[in-house]
Amino acid sequence: MKKSATKKRTARTRRDFFILRLYIAGLTPNSVTAISNLKNICETKLKGKYRIEVVDLLEKPQLAKGDQIIAIPTLVRRLPPPVKKIIGNLSKTESVIVGLDLQPAR
Amino acid sequence: MPSAKPKPRTAGISLAKAPTGIQGLDEVTGGGLPKGRVSLVCGNAGCGKSLLAMEFLVHGALRYGEPGVCMNFEETEEKLTANVASLGFDLRALARQKKLLIDYVFIERNQITEAGEYNLDGLFIRLAHAVKTIKAKRVVLDSVQALFAGVADSAILRSELQRLFRWLEDQKLTAIVTGEAGVHTLTRHNLEEYIADCVIALDHRVTEQISTRRLRIVKYRGTSHGTDEYPFLIDEEGISVVPITSLALTHKALIERVSTGIPALDEMMEGKGFFRGSSVLVTGTAGTGKSSMAANFVSAACARGELCLYFTFEESPSQILRNMRSVGLNLERWVRKRLLHFNAMRPTSTGLEGHLAAIHKLIARQRPSIVVIDPITNLISASGSYDVKSMLVRLVDFLKVAQITSIFTNLTFAGDPQARTAAAVSSLMDTWIVLRDSKPNGRPKRELYVLKSRGMAHSRVARELIVSDRGLELGSLLGDHSMDGAEGGAAKVALGE
Repeated sequence: MKKSATKKRTARTRRDFFILRLYIAGLTPNSVTAISNLKNICETKLKGKYRIEVVDLLEKPQLAKGDQIIAIPTLVRRLPPPVKKIIGNLSKTESVIVGLDLQPAR
Repeated sequence: MPSAKPKPRTAGISLAKAPTGIQGLDEVTGGGLPKGRVSLVCGNAGCGKSLLAMEFLVHGALRYGEPGVCMNFEETEEKLTANVASLGFDLRALARQKKLLIDYVFIERNQITEAGEYNLDGLFIRLAHAVKTIKAKRVVLDSVQALFAGVADSAILRSELQRLFRWLEDQKLTAIVTGEAGVHTLTRHNLEEYIADCVIALDHRVTEQISTRRLRIVKYRGTSHGTDEYPFLIDEEGISVVPITSLALTHKALIERVSTGIPALDEMMEGKGFFRGSSVLVTGTAGTGKSSMAANFVSAACARGELCLYFTFEESPSQILRNMRSVGLNLERWVRKRLLHFNAMRPTSTGLEGHLAAIHKLIARQRPSIVVIDPITNLISASGSYDVKSMLVRLVDFLKVAQITSIFTNLTFAGDPQARTAAAVSSLMDTWIVLRDSKPNGRPKRELYVLKSRGMAHSRVARELIVSDRGLELGSLLGDHSMDGAEGGAAKVALGE
């Protein structure tokens, strides 16, 4: 309870902080690609303002329901709201940037 | 890993079946859906496919000890639970007992961006997890079409669906996949191409404001099945399908006789009356006493302690009771003794199929020895262009197999004594009694003759039918019925009988 309240405050005070959760199912080529693509994009666009959680559904299948996961890999932008989802290995960088609603590089 | 024990096959090469528990459906499929396979149930919105799928799971859980998972793409657990609560299904209780697990899969298209390669492992994992949690044997995917709306790359989706169906079979799960009907295809995305074993199409048509529901088995590998459309009913107990009860004329002809309730009429039929289990058609113009004849028969049967079901399409039961009192028949006492059951239906409330399904179901439950359908005319008028006769054949067959004696009344019109409707059904009937008005000497009279009665030497003369407060009696001989010609002027303007 306390934890989520803290989280909410963080969200309210830091609108620009991103919490990203990447759902994978084992270390498949697509999953590995997605992880490295995501790291690259975040380092370029969100340095110091993001946290990535990787969830392996093979280990925690019960978590698939909460975020309504169908496709693998799926990236969920949990913060800032609204929730957004990007499916695929994140190789289309432009789509990821648009999907996450990141400011385009100028 | 699964044990290496081979599954015992029931009988040689015959396919193992998973019963649906749906009345009639297991009969027309020869025992249920193919066990360990994927079946497709398709049809338009509102045709009942979700209900069929849900019943498959609920009955599986309750009757056959097979827990089930419902992966629902359209409705939340709460909505689904509320939807079937009216059928007496308590999904929450089943979920608590780990007999049922509902997983609502919500796909919000505009939340999702696609950026690179993916597959549907998430869905697989969810399903596998649900199946494992309750050790499910049955799975419903309702309806996977929603995935097409949520996933832009339909090539991926198609190959993933194929993989999903294969996975279900590898897991030996009996599954129903539902699909929306397409414009020119069974389903909108040709799901039928991936389902090899069993495809069932449901149909809900409204013609002339009358709704009819039908079920057709499009394919069922390894099982002989009728290609007919079977009418089905959705009521407070869920789905019931009217099967063809006898594909061959194999019912046993009984030699036992039952009184018609009119001694003189019995006399015309070898002194014994109808054969038990036979079907009797009573035709006549308005006001000739068709209902009275039927009621008389019923009253005599009740007096012998036999159970009677009386389906009325024109009058309310209380109207019939009152009218019959006026001809000296006290039917109330049989109603009170629960020997006589009335079922009043509006002919236009549903199509012929719906009526037949309802009749079928009631008869199957109550197992009466006498059934009256009064009048059949209205049933025929409730049907559209659909083949009335084949539907009635099924009903008559069903009654004969169940050894139920049945009386069908049919209104004919003056000048058209053997109306087309009567002609259409008369060949199904064992006995045909004709009632009509005549004016032999300018004085109107009702007359009765037995036009046919299979298997007996019946009288072929017309007798006067006397309907009074003392009941029905036959009067004097009016001559051979072949001397027709009295109908013309006999069109009596009768308001009910």
